[in-house]
Amino acid sequence: MSAIILAVVGMAVFFLGYKYYSKFVAERIYRLDPDYVTPAHKYKDGVDFVPTNKWVLWGHHFTSVAGAAPIVGPAIAIYWGWLPAFLWVVLGTVFAAGVHDFGALVLSVRNKGQSVGTLANKIIGQRAKILFLFIILILVLMVNAVFAWVISNLFINFPSAVLSVFIQIPLAIWIGYLVYKRSGNMLFPSIAALATMYVTAIIAARVPALQIDLPRYFGGAENTVAFGLDGVSMSFFVWIIVLMIYVYIASTLPVWKLLQPRDYINSHQLMVGLGILYLGLLFSNPEVTAPMMNTEATTPWFPLLFITIACGAISGFHGLVASGTSSKQLNKETDARFVGYFGAVGEGLLALIAIIAVATFFANPGAFTAAYDSFGTAGNIGLTTFIQGAGQLATGIFIPADIAATIVAVIVVSFAATTLDTSVRLMRYIISELGSEYKIKSLTKMHVATTIAVVSSAALVLLPRGPQGFGSGGYLLWPLFGTSNQLLAGITLLLITLWLKRQGRNYLITLIPMVFLMIMTLWAMGQQVFFQWSGLGDAEMNLLLFMLGAVIFVFAIWIMLEAVSALRKNNTNIPTDKDQSM
Amino acid sequence: MDFKKILQLYDEMLKQGHRTEIARELRDEDDLFMILCYSDMLGIPNPAFYYTLELYPHMLERFHEWHLRMGMDKSPINGFRCC
Repeated sequence: MSAIILAVVGMAVFFLGYKYYSKFVAERIYRLDPDYVTPAHKYKDGVDFVPTNKWVLWGHHFTSVAGAAPIVGPAIAIYWGWLPAFLWVVLGTVFAAGVHDFGALVLSVRNKGQSVGTLANKIIGQRAKILFLFIILILVLMVNAVFAWVISNLFINFPSAVLSVFIQIPLAIWIGYLVYKRSGNMLFPSIAALATMYVTAIIAARVPALQIDLPRYFGGAENTVAFGLDGVSMSFFVWIIVLMIYVYIASTLPVWKLLQPRDYINSHQLMVGLGILYLGLLFSNPEVTAPMMNTEATTPWFPLLFITIACGAISGFHGLVASGTSSKQLNKETDARFVGYFGAVGEGLLALIAIIAVATFFANPGAFTAAYDSFGTAGNIGLTTFIQGAGQLATGIFIPADIAATIVAVIVVSFAATTLDTSVRLMRYIISELGSEYKIKSLTKMHVATTIAVVSSAALVLLPRGPQGFGSGGYLLWPLFGTSNQLLAGITLLLITLWLKRQGRNYLITLIPMVFLMIMTLWAMGQQVFFQWSGLGDAEMNLLLFMLGAVIFVFAIWIMLEAVSALRKNNTNIPTDKDQSM
Repeated sequence: MDFKKILQLYDEMLKQGHRTEIARELRDEDDLFMILCYSDMLGIPNPAFYYTLELYPHMLERFHEWHLRMGMDKSPINGFRCC
């Protein structure tokens, strides 16, 4: 079957979802009011609250939510065959992610632009706030550990991408200086920076001397270097230490110096990447060679699929962005449909092309099953396969496969590195907040909090022995990442449901995805925590995973109970439209 | 829509995420400038005060916004009659 059919069917469903379903939700359920005075107008301050053109806001929203995660999840989940991943990405985006992102935006707009965390505090109570803080803390700890491994792995597999990624740092600092200190235009310098990065990538792909290939420097994979580590393990060790030092510096600098200008360069990369891949797909017309369903899969797809693909379909992180910044800048309430729902569709498109790139990479179904021989291997090779598959797609527009793969690797590493910076920074804020909550003054200091964040992340990567060998300790937590992210999405859906119920409207459109999401998450978690990691089944006991998993499992049950009790009583903490008009 | 407008829209889309930070940074710089201009009123000798006083009518509005933002309902400086 041609992969173009997959893309067309996926896009058609996205289109219909946006055109009809989101319209129905906007008019009948959320009842958007073009005359409602949004917080952007009501609290306009020129800094946080600024009415913004809907296209501009959509661009901001989309680039904030799309990163490496919607690529990683689908690239692993294709282990079960392309059909389950495809269906969940397409239908999940339309019926769960769309209403979730859109709803978080509307809920926040109707509540003074407050974030989901604050609203949870108000609606469910103080317990919810602490719950929230801990879930986000575990989430970011896992993101740090997983992405440090992801980046190191890509550096080892694509040594030609290293130089470009490092060149991005001084370029970003230069753009930051240009823009903030001299109020210059950002577009042209950042495009020039991007061009420099890609030219470096192209040259490095062809000149081996410019490839920073650590395993080769250490005398190959077989050579034992020091502390009993072979060449590859030693390379992981070095890259992870380098990344941790970098991230310490990056997360303590003011955001405008490095983080934001880097984001700005990366936003172009998202557009460039999506453009290259979809155009390449159109011109090269590849065949789908991955099986529709992998009958040889030893790990069942149900319910694990729904936590493996976290950001490709619904993601709690989107709710944080929607209610954190986007809601404060919404010009008209009716724009929420375009910004929220269509933002989710944008992310769905990224996940869709990730599925297609992996599904068309192998020569035949046999090669696929040989490569993806277990769920653990899928976690190991998913991202690398995506990059090679994407490189193959790019040959459709006459870019040589090796150069294309290097450029895609640069794009993925840049996304992953920004996520890493942001999540270490977030972790620092949360540690400080917990410090002030429990009156431990030293924790509120920047360098103390950053040290704790960096050291605990490094320990998580290096200390436990992951399924992919040394340094992959964090990666083994990917299902947990999915779980906590889905939990967050569940809480947001719960808040929207409560709000709709209090208004006396039909709340099934958010209740059904919430119940589905919670059941899948709890089911998958329960299976892993109690039968896999506890040592009760055939598998060996894994104390770290068991403990972390058990904590999240308890949180999930707790939230379910809160949900049931909140749904049963009429919560008066949620303002309705009538309260606001008085 | 012509090409220039599309380019401008694209630039704005990407700049949106950073707008808050730029605005905050500029506002902090403005605040510092204002305090430097009127440091004499706060008891810090300023040889250029005679000249900066001429800026007074132009900065009245912004001064008012500043003291509200800092959590003071009334102007902290007696001579400043902004509210």
